[in-house]
Amino acid sequence: MDLYEYQAKELFAKHGVPITPGIVVENVNDAASAYEQLGGKVVIKAQVKTGGRGKAGGVKVADNESDVKEKAGAILGLDIKGHTVRRVLISEASQIVEEYYVSFLLDRANRSFLAMASVEGGMDIEEVAATKPEALAKIQVDALQGCTKEKAEEIAVAAKFPAAVMDQVVAILQNLWTTLVKEDATLVEINPLAKLADGSVVALDGKMTLDDNARFRHPDHEDLVDNSNTDPLELRAHELDLNYVKLSGEVGVIGNGAGLVMSTLDVVAYAGEEFGGVKPANFLDIGGGASAEVMANGLDIILHDPEVKSVFVNVFGGITACDAVANGILQAIELLEAKGEKVTKPLICRIDGNNAIEGRRILDESGIAVVERVETMDEAARRVAEVAR
Amino acid sequence: MAIFLDENSRVIVQGMTGSEGTKHTRRMIQSGTNIVGGVTPGKGGSDVDGIPVFNSVAEAKAATQANVSVVFVPPRFAKAAVIEAIDAAIELCVVITEGIPVHDTASFYQYSVDKKTTRIIGPNCPGIISPGKSNAGITPGDITQPGRIGLVSKSGTLTYQMMYELRDIGFSTAVGIGGDPIVGTTHIDCLAAFEADPDTDAIVMIGEIGGDAEERAAAYIAANITKPVVGYVAGFTAPEGKTMGHAGAIVSGSAGTAQAKKEALEAVGVKVGKTPSETARLMREIMQNLGQS
Repeated sequence: MDLYEYQAKELFAKHGVPITPGIVVENVNDAASAYEQLGGKVVIKAQVKTGGRGKAGGVKVADNESDVKEKAGAILGLDIKGHTVRRVLISEASQIVEEYYVSFLLDRANRSFLAMASVEGGMDIEEVAATKPEALAKIQVDALQGCTKEKAEEIAVAAKFPAAVMDQVVAILQNLWTTLVKEDATLVEINPLAKLADGSVVALDGKMTLDDNARFRHPDHEDLVDNSNTDPLELRAHELDLNYVKLSGEVGVIGNGAGLVMSTLDVVAYAGEEFGGVKPANFLDIGGGASAEVMANGLDIILHDPEVKSVFVNVFGGITACDAVANGILQAIELLEAKGEKVTKPLICRIDGNNAIEGRRILDESGIAVVERVETMDEAARRVAEVAR
Repeated sequence: MAIFLDENSRVIVQGMTGSEGTKHTRRMIQSGTNIVGGVTPGKGGSDVDGIPVFNSVAEAKAATQANVSVVFVPPRFAKAAVIEAIDAAIELCVVITEGIPVHDTASFYQYSVDKKTTRIIGPNCPGIISPGKSNAGITPGDITQPGRIGLVSKSGTLTYQMMYELRDIGFSTAVGIGGDPIVGTTHIDCLAAFEADPDTDAIVMIGEIGGDAEERAAAYIAANITKPVVGYVAGFTAPEGKTMGHAGAIVSGSAGTAQAKKEALEAVGVKVGKTPSETARLMREIMQNLGQS
């Protein structure tokens, strides 16, 4: 889960990373009262989980109440790369002298963690990495040893931080590492980390990604979940514990195993090219077990997607043999119809693997008109695209 | 021969008394695995179908000379379980558990690197099977037969699909390395082992979006692999920024796309199938040319 800037900063502050005081608001009146508390010159920043806010007009400076109301009003509701701005962060404007960059992230290639730091912060760090790689220090951090004081010094020295801020930066690096570990994050990033006119070093922005697998040990992270931009079908699927991602096409896809479902999306899209660009409508992995109930929940979600015109049920019977899978599909339809939800969209089913012959026989003899069985994955993809046209 | 796991493997199951652990212990035995014990802290002295349960991996190893462990322990206890296996110097630890926090995986992986005694496969994987010899994990044992193809894959069901499509030719070993951002055994580790295995003639490599493991495997193939390799990559149509089921399967920016992986593999002479079936066909042709089917 990616966090908003204000959420990341709250977690930074909790672990001793200095930030500038700020207030999050959702409307102009609250923006005005926030200004009353802060006073002076303030920065108003759109809270969206994407970059490029400045260029999109999502960051403005104001120095009186009506100015704050006007500018907060202009930012709220703005669309930034498909993200609607629902909150702004109002914080004291800082007198910036220098801008740096620091981050820690999961390093998949080295199966460890990586620290990145630069004294050329403020701009897009990927651009710095591409155009001036020598200005970005990358230091590996051992998962067990962590970012000790010595490691933090190594990072700060490698990035050539000036002596005047060295102690502050070393402390910030250690506390930022603590934030990464204690909060189970896979990314913590400060850009810019700013040196202010008074010599202090503070995080003026914050980016953070939390590991969803670690939610069980962070009950407090539930408060950080924001579903206002989440697709309603994704929300419902999440409640049912289904692994579902809404996509933009017409063919509903349900299968067992993440790799097989990803592969199914691909073959549907390839086959769809022949039929005027038909595309998959979703990713839905019901897992290896694939019980009738899970199948029913999955079909329920997919059939409620108004954009879905046909459904591809693609199951490889391994641990759960194909006869059980076939019965699961039929029971799922019964369960739905018992709830008064008539299934009318064609279900193109391909089942293969253990007991495939028996599973196919069950589907063929079911007498349910919407169920159409196809032998192979490639043929099924063609057929499901054809009927979705 | 086979890689990492064979008829001499003596396997214990960590979490054997749990429902998944018990179910898959029985399945593993059915497919010929020599299961010598189980581990559940606090349940030492009991048994599952006559297989003794021990309180710790060290106890189990002392009593059974186990050299392989399969972990079915729930996510919150998985790190401690794997560290226990490493401390007992178990040679191969197969972590089936899905949903382990990546900081935990990073820690136990690093611990295994420091200790140098244990190879970890997974987490979040179907495990490893050397058909006809041993099966450590949840791969169905009856969908293929022994043969001379080696398979390495991030995905469970795509592994099963491929094993099933090529069941008449058969496999030396199939390794499901798992779909998490950090895994103990990589495509490259398996490629190297298959290259050295006299009973493997050709290799199928199945990848998916996210990270750059396939790109690195491509570079490794160019420099080190003389046996034919056929590839498949899932997730061409995956949108940016959406996790596709596996925690590691995400395209971020231009990194981790299926197209980039396919191009990297093709650039080093690996034939890449557009669909699983086409991939199986490509492998079938190779085996026919080698006179193996």
